Amino acid sequence: MAFLEVNNYRKRFGDNEVLKGISFSLEKGEVLAIIGSSGGGKTTLLRCLNFLETPDEGSLTLDGELLFDAEQGRRYSDAQIREKRLHFGLVFQQFNLFPQYTVFKNITLAQTLLARQECSRRKKEFRAALRKSPRPERAAMKEDFASSLASLRADRKAGIERRTEELLARVGLTEKRNAYPYELSGGQQQRVAIARALALQPDILCFDEPTSALDPELTGEVLKVIKGLKSSDSTMIVVTHEMGFARSVADRVLFIADGVIEEQGTPAEVFDSPKSEKTRAFLQKSLEDIFV
Amino acid sequence: MEQFWQISLDLLRGFGVTCQIFAATLVFALPLGLVLAFGSMSRFRPLKYVVKVFVWIIRGTPLMLQILVIYYGPALLFGWGFLERIVAVIVAFVINYACYFSEIYRGGIESISKGQYEAGQVLGMTRTQIFFRVVLLQVIKRIVPPMSNEVITLVKDTSLARIIVVEEILKIAYDYTITGLIWPLFYTAVYYLIFVGILTLLFGFIEKKLNYFKV
Repeated sequence: MAFLEVNNYRKRFGDNEVLKGISFSLEKGEVLAIIGSSGGGKTTLLRCLNFLETPDEGSLTLDGELLFDAEQGRRYSDAQIREKRLHFGLVFQQFNLFPQYTVFKNITLAQTLLARQECSRRKKEFRAALRKSPRPERAAMKEDFASSLASLRADRKAGIERRTEELLARVGLTEKRNAYPYELSGGQQQRVAIARALALQPDILCFDEPTSALDPELTGEVLKVIKGLKSSDSTMIVVTHEMGFARSVADRVLFIADGVIEEQGTPAEVFDSPKSEKTRAFLQKSLEDIFV
Repeated sequence: MEQFWQISLDLLRGFGVTCQIFAATLVFALPLGLVLAFGSMSRFRPLKYVVKVFVWIIRGTPLMLQILVIYYGPALLFGWGFLERIVAVIVAFVINYACYFSEIYRGGIESISKGQYEAGQVLGMTRTQIFFRVVLLQVIKRIVPPMSNEVITLVKDTSLARIIVVEEILKIAYDYTITGLIWPLFYTAVYYLIFVGILTLLFGFIEKKLNYFKV
């Protein structure tokens, strides 16, 4: 069984069926590029993977665990969905950094909140345990717990800070740690967004046209960062219009048109000897766009 | 000269009442406005429409009329006792201003891009965390200018309280005109101007404080 298996995903908005039964699988450490013309359903597919949309039909298995099944789609609680989401990361076309926080805080915010939730959960558990234990032991228990909680907090904090420094170095923005998003170029903002998504250590990192909102001269730095992640064996799904990039980075390519997978295979298969007429036309068109 | 100080003090006493109405309205209407804003954006249709109709009625009728209704209404309709005058005024102001504030909040909240919510969601945040940690400060930054407008209007709207004989500053000054003394009426402008001046500085300060980021 593959690491990620998406099985017959379907999604409609009103009368418009955007995904008409998408199935694919992905191995751990692989990079999947999704190409296709606008309105074909690429972005919707990514949004479904990240639980920003709920598919009408289909199921998803990650690392052998059934993560989503449309049969029960409406019955998942908010908390369950949140937990499932953490398996995936998403980098948006428009970056969506939090403007009121520094680069550093943008990256640490979600981790800090998760750590805090963990602490309060432990506190709750401890209080329950305290109530069950005999009175004379309680004072000692309290003391123990307070010190263990304090060390846990310090641990988490130090861990988050260390990781964030590493991530900043990885995206080449160490000296921008205290800058606010508006002070950065688009390319720099997108690199921060990548670091922010990586900070939660998702099993699969998704990119939704990560360079489409950037000036051409800034796309290179972002693509370089994404390429760099490949060597550190992250599993990634990249929706992109950069055919050269798809070809050089992806292990597998998926061509989606009108809500169905028209063609899939290795970059060589899809780009050099496409079987489908639609794929050929699309590739021809994107080649022309480059040389016009 | 002695008369001048005497009248200044008398007006100051009235201005105290003005400030009381002003402060009480802000304290209650600011949070109530947020509740109404959430109501008007609710996905539960009946609630949404009830709130929208309520806001329409309150914004569509004169505040003076609302004060009269709150003060005389319960007694005339149900034969209940009268509220204390100042309480009736504050209730009317709170309801009225909460409706205006709710529209400002709604505009502010709806102006935040969906991407901000989605970024929070994919990072595993809860709805509450997204609202308080991500959205709220951006909303505040956007609504400071319209809020300062509304708050400054409130300072001067307090003079409507005299319709049910609440002794705010303008009522006291007006009473002097009956005795033939006109100048205290115009002298009240000094009090208003100083107060609004302070508020303007305060809002300027808040805007400057929030200038460290751009939305």
